[in-house]
Amino acid sequence: MPHDALPRDGGPVIEVDRLTKRYGGTTAVRQLSFTVRPGRVTGFLGPNGAGKTTTLRMLLGLVEPTSGAATVDGHTVRRYPRGLRHVGALLDAGDVHGGRTARAHLHALARSNRIPAHRVDEVLAEVGLAGAPAGRRVGGYSLGMKQRLGIATALLGDPPALLFDEPLNGLDPEGVLWVRGLFRRLAGEGRTVFVSSHLMSEMENTADELVVIGRGELIAAESLTEFAARGTRPTVTVRTPDAGTLAAALSAEGAAVAPYDGETLKVTGLSSDRIGEIAFEHGLLLRELATETASLEAAFMELTADSVEYLAGEPR
Amino acid sequence: MTASTTALPLPAARFTDLLAAEWIKLRSLRSVHWALGAGALGIIAFNTNAARADYVNFPHYGRVVRTHFLSWALRDAFTQGAAMMLVLAASSIGAISIVGEYTTGLVRTTFAAVPDRRALMTAKVVVVAAVMTVYGAFTAGASFALTQAVLDGRGQGVSIGHPGALRVVVASALLAPVCALAGLGLGALIRHSATTTVFDVFVLLFLPTFVTDRYHWTACVRNALPFNAWYRLVDVEYGHQPFTLTPRYPTTVTGGWIVFGAWALAAAVVAVVAVDRRDV
Repeated sequence: MPHDALPRDGGPVIEVDRLTKRYGGTTAVRQLSFTVRPGRVTGFLGPNGAGKTTTLRMLLGLVEPTSGAATVDGHTVRRYPRGLRHVGALLDAGDVHGGRTARAHLHALARSNRIPAHRVDEVLAEVGLAGAPAGRRVGGYSLGMKQRLGIATALLGDPPALLFDEPLNGLDPEGVLWVRGLFRRLAGEGRTVFVSSHLMSEMENTADELVVIGRGELIAAESLTEFAARGTRPTVTVRTPDAGTLAAALSAEGAAVAPYDGETLKVTGLSSDRIGEIAFEHGLLLRELATETASLEAAFMELTADSVEYLAGEPR
Repeated sequence: MTASTTALPLPAARFTDLLAAEWIKLRSLRSVHWALGAGALGIIAFNTNAARADYVNFPHYGRVVRTHFLSWALRDAFTQGAAMMLVLAASSIGAISIVGEYTTGLVRTTFAAVPDRRALMTAKVVVVAAVMTVYGAFTAGASFALTQAVLDGRGQGVSIGHPGALRVVVASALLAPVCALAGLGLGALIRHSATTTVFDVFVLLFLPTFVTDRYHWTACVRNALPFNAWYRLVDVEYGHQPFTLTPRYPTTVTGGWIVFGAWALAAAVVAVVAVDRRDV
């Protein structure tokens, strides 16, 4: 990958250490530990309600952990008197006052952190809100425009570490491409980029590393390649007029067989070569024999299946 | 750029930056302009109209009223109704300066940008207090000038140099920052707009008239409220005016100033401390 040549050890490290947050009887985040390194984009994945936002808020010093620590460059963010030059963040695009113009909003933030005023115009241009849109009140913005303003806010202090919570929400396809390019570039510059999402597909083309959580607990923290490998337990689709006999034969060989319809079986635990041999040994006619490699999405679903907080359909 | 440094140099955190930022935030809200503008017009018009009424009725007033007209003239300079409007406008501005942040979610953006929340809230307190002092000075000063100009038509206008006149203007002007800080402090505690408004109105406008001065302890409560402190401060002929009774538990001008100061200080401390440890 192109960013391999870029510096990886200069930017700050985001460290989450045995982080726990309890609200009354519910535990939003439990004993969560992971490290986010500079120079690459780290995806923060989990189903809705997994504790991503709570974790990011603890990282920013907005929410006090019940126990454990979340640090940026070795310090909790509350230790920095001014934050924008240390860590930039887009938490929720709605975290603005709708009565102010984008320019006034950024101008006040810049001033509070002693960031020169010309930086406001720079970031507005960078996110595509320069000119007339910047002078409009944020209340009239579309979600996509608010996301862009949120990204501008995160970039304002030119920080070495950046956090984005669901930044792709509400963006059009062009906007999604632009944001991905931006994350790549920020990471390429040696910054620490941490991006949350509940959709694996969003991370597929964006992240190098993944932190996956479910129900407030760590599920996986590894590279995207390693993560993808988890999902490559292939499923073989096999179609035969005598599905019952084949299913019995395959089960006898130790495969997991799931009938799909009257003629079709979904088989895991055996290669397509071996399934072909078994069918041949039993003199069974095969009409289809195909291997499906699980996608990242499937790997993610499989991994988080036990930790999905809100499931449509069946009550849990 | 290199990985370990940002393009921008890292300057020291300065409190004046926070003051400037809070000033930008306050003046960039159109609703604030409307609330303050409409409030100022209402207050000045209300007072001027009181002076106009006295101007019209003056020929019909009896001898006693005429000899004690100083009381009337200075009461017209800032009437009770105008003071109520000022309390409402000022406490609302103070409250929305913090409640607006909580209800919109802006507070997270603000606190992420300035993790030193106490410094930020102190800046907010200073800016709100300063703006509302100027606002109070403007409305009280303009009211005084206009009402006395109207009463001059009957030769009854009082000059600002007259004993007690300046006190009326200063007390009325300072009622604005005191109530704005009370609104800010309550807003920081409550963090919800409707509830904050109800509490503001209850504490600053209803309690002062509801609480009786018959018993010592209720009189103490009553006298400790900013609106009643203002009322004492602008009552220039307190105890000498033939038309009013001196209350059983009298108050002093000094007491009035102390109440103003105590409310402002307590509200400021609450605003700074209340937001420091709470999750947003």
